[in-house]
Amino acid sequence: MTTVAEVTGGEEGTAGPYALSHLDALESEAVHIFREVAGEFENPVILFSGGKDSIVMLHLALKAFAPAPVPFSLLHVDTGHNFPEVLEYRDRVVAAHGLRLHVASVQDYIDRGVLKERPDGTRNPLQTLPLTEKIQSEKFDAVFGGGRRDEEKARAKERVFSLRDEFSQWDPRRQRPELWNLYNGRHAPGEHVRVFPLSNWTELDVWQYIAREGIELPEIYFAHEREVFRRAGMWLTAGEWGGPKDTETTEKRLVRYRTVGDMSCTGAVDSDATTLDAVITEIAASRLTERGATRADDKLSEAAMEDRKREGYF
Amino acid sequence: MTTTTTEALSATTLLRFATAGSVDDGKSTLVGRLLHDSKSVLTDQLEAVERASASRGQDGPDLALLTDGLRAEREQGITIDVAYRYFATPRRRFILADTPGHVQYTRNMVTGASTAELTVVLVDARNGVVEQTRRHAAIAALLRVPHVVLTVNKMDLVDYQESVFAAIAEEFTAYATELGVPAVTAIPISALTGDNVVEPSAHMDWYGGPTVLEYLETVPVSHDLSHCHARLPVQYVIRPQTAEHPDYRGYAGQIAAGSFRVGEEVTVLPSGRTTRISGIDLLGAPVDVAWTTQSVTVLLQDDIDVSRGDLIVPSKDAPATTQDVEATVCHVADQPLTVGHRVLLKHGTRTVKAVVRDIPSRLTLDDLSLHPHPGRLVANDIGRVKIRTAEPLPVDSYADSRRTGSFILIDPSDGTTLTAGMVGESFAAPEPVKNASEEEGWDF
Repeated sequence: MTTVAEVTGGEEGTAGPYALSHLDALESEAVHIFREVAGEFENPVILFSGGKDSIVMLHLALKAFAPAPVPFSLLHVDTGHNFPEVLEYRDRVVAAHGLRLHVASVQDYIDRGVLKERPDGTRNPLQTLPLTEKIQSEKFDAVFGGGRRDEEKARAKERVFSLRDEFSQWDPRRQRPELWNLYNGRHAPGEHVRVFPLSNWTELDVWQYIAREGIELPEIYFAHEREVFRRAGMWLTAGEWGGPKDTETTEKRLVRYRTVGDMSCTGAVDSDATTLDAVITEIAASRLTERGATRADDKLSEAAMEDRKREGYF
Repeated sequence: MTTTTTEALSATTLLRFATAGSVDDGKSTLVGRLLHDSKSVLTDQLEAVERASASRGQDGPDLALLTDGLRAEREQGITIDVAYRYFATPRRRFILADTPGHVQYTRNMVTGASTAELTVVLVDARNGVVEQTRRHAAIAALLRVPHVVLTVNKMDLVDYQESVFAAIAEEFTAYATELGVPAVTAIPISALTGDNVVEPSAHMDWYGGPTVLEYLETVPVSHDLSHCHARLPVQYVIRPQTAEHPDYRGYAGQIAAGSFRVGEEVTVLPSGRTTRISGIDLLGAPVDVAWTTQSVTVLLQDDIDVSRGDLIVPSKDAPATTQDVEATVCHVADQPLTVGHRVLLKHGTRTVKAVVRDIPSRLTLDDLSLHPHPGRLVANDIGRVKIRTAEPLPVDSYADSRRTGSFILIDPSDGTTLTAGMVGESFAAPEPVKNASEEEGWDF
């Protein structure tokens, strides 16, 4: 009846002359999200861990505002249990693009006695307080996170613009419906909006995009020999954070990481993938999700991610 | 650094679609099968579902747990919100807006349909077209979802009879066509046994059409730009002011409709100033032409005043601007929308003050009857509204442009998203719809 009626003849329909490839469509959408935030917020920040998702976010932001610099600063929530290669990468990227880096340090909070080390040594849940206090003290009103809805079932319900109250809490029952691409960033003073430009990306999309754009990654994403030990079904890296225990023995294995996080709870996977293509082939064939394979903290309970998100975790 | 593997994978297109189905029509089973048969349910996810099912004392894995992600949903065994799911085949990647089927969740279906290029409507073969089916068809029509797929499910329970399928398909297609749905594809399936979902059915050799997945993989997603009014809402002005780019001044935005070309004469709304496009940057690289939905930066020949919220359009095809917007809306908030309500209206990249002047009618989705002057709209209501805006807006008819014909209303006091709006005449308008491409826009 109208102009929406039967669009193009499109034989087979897969690639008409004006169809974007799925990576171009995802890229265009993410850039639109970055620009909406730049247009509507006073003081946005990008959460930057040096992991592949935040690296892709930064790459998209650089493209979105080229040839001008990225109008956002970066925030790293430092658990104190970092992979040295990742910290080195972080500092190099920050310097290369003339960015401003904020650091919220879990170790500081532990040293001051505000946070207590957990018996299992895992610091991921301890990130929430330093993160939310930093958001408050720096008055960030939009906080970009690299979260993807394919990661976890609570995240499948996450909005692109996700309002957080003055305590940074997420209430899944009180989310704003998101219609078309009309994102609503209104918030009261003290509240902020978490923004997820990679919402619609999958792990494979991220890797394909990294390959297409030739984006450099920290080396821990590629297969390398490493001293590891077994805990809760995962290969963990020995380190100053308190592993291995006396009962655990280390061995040298060829491994790589699928995610980058706190060393105490981020596991490596056996792999001989030393190139991007090999990594993509490996992921396409994997029968485990990224988090299922490598994150201990999500296994704490059936709703572990939802519960941490409610408290203000990203 | 690409090889055949990555190139083949990244050359695929993206299809956004939504599902609509009542609680017992087998929507979860269909979604589960699409995810499962496309190998998108991974071992650890399935194990988690098995663990959770066992701890609830269920015999087998409850696949609904794959899609019910929130604590409250699992506790209550209901789905309370839209969830987005992802799966892929070698030919295409899919974003599925998985929307609950309860009538009280009309807003969720509207939300899912707003970004969908295709809606899958499920019908139970034993029950045929029911009220809920009509609602789903009406919402797909209202949101102008370009493709509607009717899946007649549970064919195994009606002995795979062609006559059952044909009767339902005919009734639904007639109804949907009356609503203005441009194209309906009907597929007889059994989500439980997998007939015609991913694999062709061995029980229905009378059916010669595609399986659900085949159809999803091949339905066209590109648009015929020759019939689209080109529109670029300006999101952000890029001004590096660096030694390298002292004079660069680019207008960044995602093309909402149509295409733009270097050298083209354009008008900036609402000011009405005219100039030419001197360059287009596609994320850092110059191009001659760009089209919907690319995010671009446009450079203009003359140094005219352009800022966020403006709309760049071809001079020969500029919409009129107006302060009186008439639209069909779906109310999505718990607090009602009333006549006299002062709101914010976000259209494209522009947010303006507005007031609800009138609510002429509320639509009953079941039979498409109109309830005159309801006074207010409550959550999940669909109705007609007349809105006066504080500044003139260049709105298109939603029938012409889903992007520049849509808007949201926002409560200025707490920022709540109140209402989803579609400009122009309702799909249920009593008068016949005007001729397609020559349409002048909307009637006020």
